[in-house]
Amino acid sequence: MSSYIPNTKKEQQEMLLKLGFGNFEEMLSFLPKDVVLNRPLDIPRGISEYKAYEKLKEIAWKNKNFSSIFRGAGAYNHYIPSAVSNLASREEFVTAYTPYQAEISQGLLQGIFEYQTMICELCGMDASNASVYDGATAGAEAMLMCANKKRNKILISETSNPQNIQVMKTYANSYNMDIVIIPSKDGKTDISALKELVDETTAGIYFSQPNFFGMIEDSECICSVTHEKGAKVIMNVYPIAMGVLKSCGEVGADIAVGEGQPLGMPLAFGGPYLGFMAVKASDMRKLPGRIVGQTVDIEKKRAFVLTLQAREQHIKRERASSSICSNQALCALTASIYMSAMGSDGLERIAKNSFQNAHYLAQQLINLPTFKLKHEGIFFNEFITCSSISSSVIESTLEEHDILCGLPLDENTMLWCATEINTKEQIDIVIKILSKLEGLNE
Amino acid sequence: MHIPNNLLYTKSHEWYEFKDETTATVGITDYAQNMLGDIVFINLPDEDSNVEISEIFADIESVKTAADIYCSVIGKVTKVNSNLIDRPELINEDAYEAWIAEISHISEKEEFLSAEQYEEYLTVEELL
Repeated sequence: MSSYIPNTKKEQQEMLLKLGFGNFEEMLSFLPKDVVLNRPLDIPRGISEYKAYEKLKEIAWKNKNFSSIFRGAGAYNHYIPSAVSNLASREEFVTAYTPYQAEISQGLLQGIFEYQTMICELCGMDASNASVYDGATAGAEAMLMCANKKRNKILISETSNPQNIQVMKTYANSYNMDIVIIPSKDGKTDISALKELVDETTAGIYFSQPNFFGMIEDSECICSVTHEKGAKVIMNVYPIAMGVLKSCGEVGADIAVGEGQPLGMPLAFGGPYLGFMAVKASDMRKLPGRIVGQTVDIEKKRAFVLTLQAREQHIKRERASSSICSNQALCALTASIYMSAMGSDGLERIAKNSFQNAHYLAQQLINLPTFKLKHEGIFFNEFITCSSISSSVIESTLEEHDILCGLPLDENTMLWCATEINTKEQIDIVIKILSKLEGLNE
Repeated sequence: MHIPNNLLYTKSHEWYEFKDETTATVGITDYAQNMLGDIVFINLPDEDSNVEISEIFADIESVKTAADIYCSVIGKVTKVNSNLIDRPELINEDAYEAWIAEISHISEKEEFLSAEQYEEYLTVEELL
């Protein structure tokens, strides 16, 4: 941070003098006595850069770093090209705070505009906002968009990420909305149950593609069943999967949401991530948060503005459907750089490689006598195994080899994940270790 | 300020034109459009939806504000002026020509103001 400017004792003295104070304490003298801290701040003296580095390294070593990760369940370990972190960590981007006088910061607005454009292309939708906090928030905000005085019920597929369901329930509670869970069948949304549950009071339904169990849902069918009753479809998508699956727009969803972390953000203990939201043009005016639009200024030059957000929030105020007014600008920028670096071809390749590696892993696991796949049907890059070897044994054994296994769902089932970086070599090591366990088990 | 004699008015600045006892078209007054300024968007009610007194059944956005449109009758929306979706500025051009919705099966209504009473209301409230 080259532009961080500290001030010296001498400079501080000059400033105090200019203000007419002899020393710092004198400047504070007009404050009420009981609010002034009457002792020096308890801050240690500065240490050398090297010592600071060593200290931080010591703390960082307390983290467990796995050499390979087979866990997804909402956050995915994809390769991040060095161009992404390099560009996104430029000081101009990292230190830029939210622009309150937004239109002054044309560069930042253009960055968001490009992000919105890419999200729209990825999801096959017409309008995107500048992002929200995370995928779960995006789902909850989408839920609020659907509700009106006659339709107050949201149906959520049981096959959704449990954390997302929890966040939506929290929002629904405060907005007096009802949430009903659509049961699953063979690891997918039960369409016949959906048919029975969706009615004239249903504001919208929420499902994920692929779903939490990794399975590919019949999106088109879910959309048509829901639309028959006039309810909206909120489709949560894994952005990488959009490289090979039909987009939200193509299958007929009304609102596309998702967790943007796979688009160039490291796992980083769960954040900061970003939630993306995109809609069809007809729902554009209900889209919450910041939305950057493109227009021309009085000299007919291209310019970027926040007009739609102003309509929704600054003017409607308490009547607005949402009060979210921040976004994850740096994460959104990172996602834009990642998508630019990958291109649509690159995204497709990553999706295909993730799919193939996951299918190789699944195949190798079920070749072991004690592993079975829980669900039949097509999965993307995650799947659930049932095994007579307990999940905790699998977890601790692989951990000894610096490998993070799938997410244990209970003592005998595990949600596995593979991305483009979980190569055949990595997978073969896992299988070798597990096959030894099999021997012990017999 | 244009306030046609053949229409009925509300204090929330809507006009009603009754075709018969149970059917009326509704819009916003010339005063309302003038206060809103350039109108850029209107959210119309759904056709066939039931409406109630004091219900917000449409909303209008202009370059400087967003305003709710209140219903003063109990009835059912039988038609909406879909021309306004693409050309909301028609309301600025002629607020009494640019009707918003037709409401039928009206079973109850609030007390309306006549043109004269509405003008007096605007004057007394120093709205003019």
